[in-house]
Amino acid sequence: MYRYDLTDKTLVNERVAQFRDQTRRFLAGALSEDEFRHLRLRNGLYIQRHAPMLRVAIPYGLLSSTQLRALARIARRYDRGYGHFTTRQNIQYNWPKLPEVPDILADLAEVEMHAIQTSGNCIRNITSDHLAGVTPNELADPRPWCEIIRQWATFHPEFSYLPRKFKIAVTGAPQDRAASLVHDVGVHIVRGPDGALGFEISAGGGLGRTPIIGQVVRNFLPREHLLSYLEAILRVYNAEGRRDNLTKARIKILVRSLGLEEFTRRVEAEWELLREGAPRVDDAAVARMHGYFDPPAYRTLPNANPDAGKSTAFRAWYRYNTAPHKVAGYRAVYVSLKKPGVAPGDVTDAQMELLADLSDQYSFGEIRATHTQNLLFADVEQDRTHELWQNLEKAGLATPNIGTLTDIICCPGLDFCSLANAGSIDVAKLINERFDDYDYLYDLGELEVKMSGCMNACGHHHVGHIGILGVDKSGEEWYQITIGGAAGADASLGEVIGPSVPKSEVPETIAQLLDVYVERRQPEERFLDTVRRLGVKPFKERVYAAPVAA
Amino acid sequence: MPRRLLRDRQIVEDEWLYTAEAAGNAFAPLIVTLDEWRNDRDAWIAHGGRLGLKLEPGHKIEAFAPDLGVFALIAAGFTGPGEGRGYTQGRLLRERFNFTGELRATGYVRRDQLFFLARCGFNSFELSDADIEDALSAFSTFSAAYQPSNDFGLPLKLPRDTPASA
Repeated sequence: MYRYDLTDKTLVNERVAQFRDQTRRFLAGALSEDEFRHLRLRNGLYIQRHAPMLRVAIPYGLLSSTQLRALARIARRYDRGYGHFTTRQNIQYNWPKLPEVPDILADLAEVEMHAIQTSGNCIRNITSDHLAGVTPNELADPRPWCEIIRQWATFHPEFSYLPRKFKIAVTGAPQDRAASLVHDVGVHIVRGPDGALGFEISAGGGLGRTPIIGQVVRNFLPREHLLSYLEAILRVYNAEGRRDNLTKARIKILVRSLGLEEFTRRVEAEWELLREGAPRVDDAAVARMHGYFDPPAYRTLPNANPDAGKSTAFRAWYRYNTAPHKVAGYRAVYVSLKKPGVAPGDVTDAQMELLADLSDQYSFGEIRATHTQNLLFADVEQDRTHELWQNLEKAGLATPNIGTLTDIICCPGLDFCSLANAGSIDVAKLINERFDDYDYLYDLGELEVKMSGCMNACGHHHVGHIGILGVDKSGEEWYQITIGGAAGADASLGEVIGPSVPKSEVPETIAQLLDVYVERRQPEERFLDTVRRLGVKPFKERVYAAPVAA
Repeated sequence: MPRRLLRDRQIVEDEWLYTAEAAGNAFAPLIVTLDEWRNDRDAWIAHGGRLGLKLEPGHKIEAFAPDLGVFALIAAGFTGPGEGRGYTQGRLLRERFNFTGELRATGYVRRDQLFFLARCGFNSFELSDADIEDALSAFSTFSAAYQPSNDFGLPLKLPRDTPASA
């Protein structure tokens, strides 16, 4: 993985000093609330319902065991003994004390981590495919490019005061596991007409109040021009994006109001003018950056059948919680953070320390955070998966539900977030209680349920196969259900099935939707496919045919 | 009392006047708004003294680029803590239109913005008095940078060759 050099180290340490000074000035009354807000947000610090919330960057989701141990220590020392992994591969702490935040940042800097640009109207953490570098059909590893973009975007002097936040995701495989089409910019490694690797660039995707799927602005960009092209997009956005209305300030609104063709024309025109003077990523730089992501020292192993003769429980876990690896004899192993009764994405300090130890033993000392709020050991020998499973099982980290109904993506909701209309964690809990029969879950197959506590859509409800949105109805928590959304390469927005339902009826409503699916599905058809084939109507009719029994 | 400002990293008294401040002082170096310039171009040239131009965040450099040589100063206005268009105006003026005069940030300008403003080519800053004494240290907030730029920018080499253990 990437290791800091002197420049990185200097910048991060100087950032700590800068934020320490800003915090001191705020606490001394020299900075107003509003002035400090603009500064602290650039450091991932929100003021939330109960306390500040600190979001720490995990660039493209990659962590060393040393870093994970540091995150555990921070959770214990400055927080209440846990952290929350987000859909953008970051970790959030919900209970830090403002005067201690500079110390937390200093502790993070010790292990080459930071909270730079994890919030605020600037370029946010660069996210990627959690199976980068290990998935069998990848064109190229996206992580070196993520790091190149991370460096360029960090403290970019021109693009630190954008109209609104700006999110970039990079993928290197045909499957899009980074939800790049709902990002402001998606960078997809593709092969060009002459066979050389370069990028397809999409722009204008985003969720929130106005969900929009990103559109391709350039089919093929030679790789040395990546940064200059991003610079052109950002410059057009910085100059032209709306600043008069917060809800219309994302680049997606600019792309929509100009139209894809005109937006693209402006970007291309700007690119022509700035390209020669902009940073160019030469082959030597690319090669050096790839060196940081060289494959670990894999052993030469045959492919094994690790589930042969093992318990049903292990076999279920192996089937759902592990993924194919490009190297024979290896497997990528998910750590489910979706145990029933636990808020999705939450992990305790003790669990983090255990996972750090297990990564040292089983996966070359690296752990990845996934877009779906789970963790991943990317490089586990197949023959050692049973042993690893036993260890995870003991710690409550082996819930065999990856990719199933209960692998719910969920924002912190009303319990923690000052923006939320409704709780999301307790709805996840109700769903877990209602659907506790694993045979049924497995029969339903691949199903993405995504839930947000408000229109800001941190839980990506628009692109859930089933999406759940919390709404406030005269002080009561109600939920609007959508179906047919998807976040991958075939991204689509879900359609609302009808009026919202009270909290207690959410699980039963989902059960009715699933009944229609089970009755009408064709062989091999996922829930999403059935919805796409049949449309919303039959689902809607079932749910609203008769009042749900209380 | 003349305004104090930070120019080329020194606290100086401002010899420039905005047109609204210039009553009875017609020979001072004057900063005109873009509208004033468009409406009375010839009269401003006839004024004979040095001229500066005040930009609002939404103004495009292209709109007055042919006249750029007239101006010894461009003052880009910042309307609040989130306003960021001036950073693009600054870079374009310096890099694309080769403006070599005084490039000033005015309006909402605080010490926490100075580092980025300087990197975008600004060399003069109208700060509130509360900020101005402390502001000099803000230019050295960071002693390194990832992007090449108008101040001390390092060439963007990825990765660079200095090991962290040094």
